[in-house]
Amino acid sequence: MRSSRWNAPPVAAALAVALVLGLWSVTGPDGAAQAGRIPVGMPLEFETEEQEQQYRRLIRELRCTVCQNQALDESNAGLAADLRGQIYDMTLEGNSREEIVEFMVARYGDFVLYRPPFRADTFMLWIGPFLLLIAGGLVWAQVVRQRQAMARSRELSPEERAALERLERDE
Amino acid sequence: MLRYGLPLVVIVAVLGLLFVGLGIDTRTLPSPLVGRDAPAFEMEELRDPGRTLTEADLKGGVSLFNVFASWCYSCRAEHPYLLEMAKQGVTIYGLNYKDTRRDAERYLRSGGGDPYEWIGFDPEGRVGIEWGVYGTPETFVVDRHGVSRFKHVGPLHPRLIEEKILPLVAELEAES
Repeated sequence: MRSSRWNAPPVAAALAVALVLGLWSVTGPDGAAQAGRIPVGMPLEFETEEQEQQYRRLIRELRCTVCQNQALDESNAGLAADLRGQIYDMTLEGNSREEIVEFMVARYGDFVLYRPPFRADTFMLWIGPFLLLIAGGLVWAQVVRQRQAMARSRELSPEERAALERLERDE
Repeated sequence: MLRYGLPLVVIVAVLGLLFVGLGIDTRTLPSPLVGRDAPAFEMEELRDPGRTLTEADLKGGVSLFNVFASWCYSCRAEHPYLLEMAKQGVTIYGLNYKDTRRDAERYLRSGGGDPYEWIGFDPEGRVGIEWGVYGTPETFVVDRHGVSRFKHVGPLHPRLIEEKILPLVAELEAES
């Protein structure tokens, strides 16, 4: 700590521990059901079949920003319950799938999308696996070609003949 | 050369990628809010329930917008730094996120002081969603036009305050 102004050792130590353990609070308060929260598995009513399908699809495709490797539909985090509530309300208000996705991206960024957009900075996500497949295929073709060439050439090269003669003399 | 050189290059490249990848902080997400107008909101003041706060209350001067809650332990850890900055004359607004009035007021009394100019009360986290809050504490630096210019997720710490936040506040104050 360079400046004495910020000296608060116990706090700093606690902060260091919190930082090391990544312990900043990401779930929110437990318990009490609040308005707008939808816990996992809570039965919901929709006006139309399309609304229900849209809601179910969105919570599968949008990612929980707190737990990061779960989609919204399976996360028990407080924020996920809030976001499910938000999506449910927006769906009943008649917002389209695109409008809701736009709403989430505007607030949480592309990170919330489990289906990332195809853009200049994300194209490797989409075509990377195919590029690897092509690269692997080229290497494989090269190896096969070399082996075939080896099997075809019955004639020994001068070096090979010399090596063979050396081996035979040693016998 | 190709026989050993190529595999070597590939191995080094893969190890390099993995090494860099390990160092990337995947928890902190870039905020799409930075560089844009602060989102619209309307909420009650925590300590003054009759008062309504809107995004207009963020304008007029450079400020920090700090998201906190009484149930958030690392908020306690950063609290002394907020008090210190307030003492130095930095304007700090608060967003009390998914909390109760009683708990929040007790938290401010027990924390050794109240650094906030005003505190928005957001018991259901609706304003939090507008701001893309996903982990408390979060701190935004907001310029005089109400545009969010920087965001930090997690507790503030002296190095960040000295090297980033205070210089940025000074820089934004110098802007017309």
